[in-house]
Amino acid sequence: MTDAISEAPRALEREAEKNDIRTRWLLATPAIVIIFLFATAPLFVMVVYSFLAPGDYGNVKWEFSLDGWTNVLVQRDIFDDTLMWADAHLSIFWRSLSLSVITTFLTLVFGVPTAWFIATQPPGRREVWLFLITVPFWTNLLVRTIAIQELIRAEGVINNTLLFVGLINAPIQMMFTDFAIAFGMTYVYLPLMVLPVYAAVEKLDFRLVEAAHDLYAGRWVAFRRVILPLIKPGIIAGSILVFIPSLGAYVTPRVLGGGKNLMFGNLIELQFGAGRNWPLGAALSLMLMAAVMVSLIYYVRVTSREQSDG
Amino acid sequence: MPRPEDCCLSRAPSCKLIEKPSVMQDTGMQQETGNMDSTETSRPSAGDTAIDVVRVSKIFPGDPEVRALDDVSVAIRRNEFFTLLGPSGCGKTTLLRLIAGFEPPSMGSLRLRDKDISRLPPNRRPINTVFQNYALFPHMSVAQNIAFGLEMLGKPRDEIAATVDEMLKLVQMEALKNRRTSEISGGQQQRVALARALAPHPEVLLLDEPLSALDLKLRKEMQIELKRLQNETGITFIFVTHDQEEALTMSDRVAVMSAGKILQIGAPREIYEAPAERFVANFIGESNFLDAELAGDTVRLKAGGSFRVAVPDGVAAGPVSVLLRPEHASVRIGEPGPEELPVQIENVVYSGDATVAHLRLSTGEAVKARMPNAPGVAPLSSGAKGAAMGIAPGGITVLKD
Repeated sequence: MTDAISEAPRALEREAEKNDIRTRWLLATPAIVIIFLFATAPLFVMVVYSFLAPGDYGNVKWEFSLDGWTNVLVQRDIFDDTLMWADAHLSIFWRSLSLSVITTFLTLVFGVPTAWFIATQPPGRREVWLFLITVPFWTNLLVRTIAIQELIRAEGVINNTLLFVGLINAPIQMMFTDFAIAFGMTYVYLPLMVLPVYAAVEKLDFRLVEAAHDLYAGRWVAFRRVILPLIKPGIIAGSILVFIPSLGAYVTPRVLGGGKNLMFGNLIELQFGAGRNWPLGAALSLMLMAAVMVSLIYYVRVTSREQSDG
Repeated sequence: MPRPEDCCLSRAPSCKLIEKPSVMQDTGMQQETGNMDSTETSRPSAGDTAIDVVRVSKIFPGDPEVRALDDVSVAIRRNEFFTLLGPSGCGKTTLLRLIAGFEPPSMGSLRLRDKDISRLPPNRRPINTVFQNYALFPHMSVAQNIAFGLEMLGKPRDEIAATVDEMLKLVQMEALKNRRTSEISGGQQQRVALARALAPHPEVLLLDEPLSALDLKLRKEMQIELKRLQNETGITFIFVTHDQEEALTMSDRVAVMSAGKILQIGAPREIYEAPAERFVANFIGESNFLDAELAGDTVRLKAGGSFRVAVPDGVAAGPVSVLLRPEHASVRIGEPGPEELPVQIENVVYSGDATVAHLRLSTGEAVKARMPNAPGVAPLSSGAKGAAMGIAPGGITVLKD
């Protein structure tokens, strides 16, 4: 008797819960469809292509082959069929990695003080500065990169100014160097560092800094022991936001690095273009993705362990 | 009756801040008590002054500029529980921040035991602060917070561990030593903030309204706790509050501030019983202000009755304002006697231990009388006519304003 009475509302509850879940799925459907069509499905295509043989004029032949993957690391000599390391791929990967690290470092060096400066302005002025930081986003990346070219090329603004002042006798070669790529990427990705660091600094309770000084910490120690740990989430978020797109950067190295200084993104593009080796391009893309995922997982592990350590 | 030292309650420059030390120092420097010599030479000697604030002003630029402190001078003794009391915006927190070193004074100087510290940064002053919001480091544990100051002073590791344990014990937080500061209650955070500030054993501890975020019961407990800590550690405490009751119950001396100035400095009893100004009287406790006429050492209330009073410096004969505390007034039904004033009872409020009668004098002035309830005393009824108000001996204080 009592069971029957208590069962009835429970059944109703279950029914409501079921409806609730159904509604949620219904609402999520458009998003799921889009994610599947435009993210998961192309990725699946890439995975399939990476295990096929390259077609003669691009595209793929529908026969199974591991060459796409093995070619990432080794290549077969055309004449005697011996295997050797694919030096070109490795050095390009290494250059991408080091240029991305340098870019991340440079955005940190310029971005953290900028974010600090903005966050310590009176609120009204902060918005103006933030607005100025986001202005470059409104302009096409290619246009901005070409603008940088205008600055650093042999007859560019910088060289002409230095020549005019008399500091140098001949223009400095800056175009088509790794410096040009790092310079361009630092410029392009700087806002991605400034914004998350700004958000962290803005949340920082400055009374904690006063407390550190009160407890005999000088400026540098207060920064290292109190400020840095508290704005660390913003710095890490900014570093991820800069590092990942840097690894796959394509336009900036293409325009500022010329044809010689390839980065990973250009290497991939090459396989789908002049290289006519789509399986290799697919394998390279998936490798880049895997590298990013591994480093992200590592980051999540490290930060969550830190948090549980207390 | 007002005591002879009441002359020092006035702001006359010739005798400001000179009082007998209430706490004897461990330096062996004995000073004669009751030395009330009001000349310039008898400033407290360096040995028993912890903080000397000399004619300090603080002006914040802007339009209009804000004069947060206006020519403030105060000498705070070693081992003293000193309270800066005043309404919000009176400059008490600014004065504290100046002593801590977070802001430089615009004019004047700050001395710590005869050494000018006005330009010293906060990390080089042997002064620690308990912040209003505690300002505990959220990325550190309770023990790490307490150890921070000691680490910055470069103390050896085992000494730090020992001091941290000692501090945890002092504030009864041993059990929570490894907790994060976000995982403990407000009262516990308060204790950690105290322990953190006390751990480096500063010469002066500054407390910026540290109890304002706690509920009433916890606040009462912490008041006793703070007083105990001050006694046990022998550190000079400078306490900022807007709560007059807190100031009276805990302090050795209180400075009442308003609009960037110190109006009066004295022991809680002096501040309460002999306020120098109307503002002080009004801010501390409940007050009745009455119009009177001063002639010699006698005041004549407008509503009738003459009283002998101590006349503070700088008050001339003529119309004056006098203070009558509600507990110094009483009322009874009947014809007024020679020392009593005829009143009308307007309202009677029973509040358990006492009864408060709202009275009206013949001049139309409203007066509150607060009488303790005793067994067998017939209750007053409101609206009764023909009542008489009595004033306790010494109950009238002349104010300068």
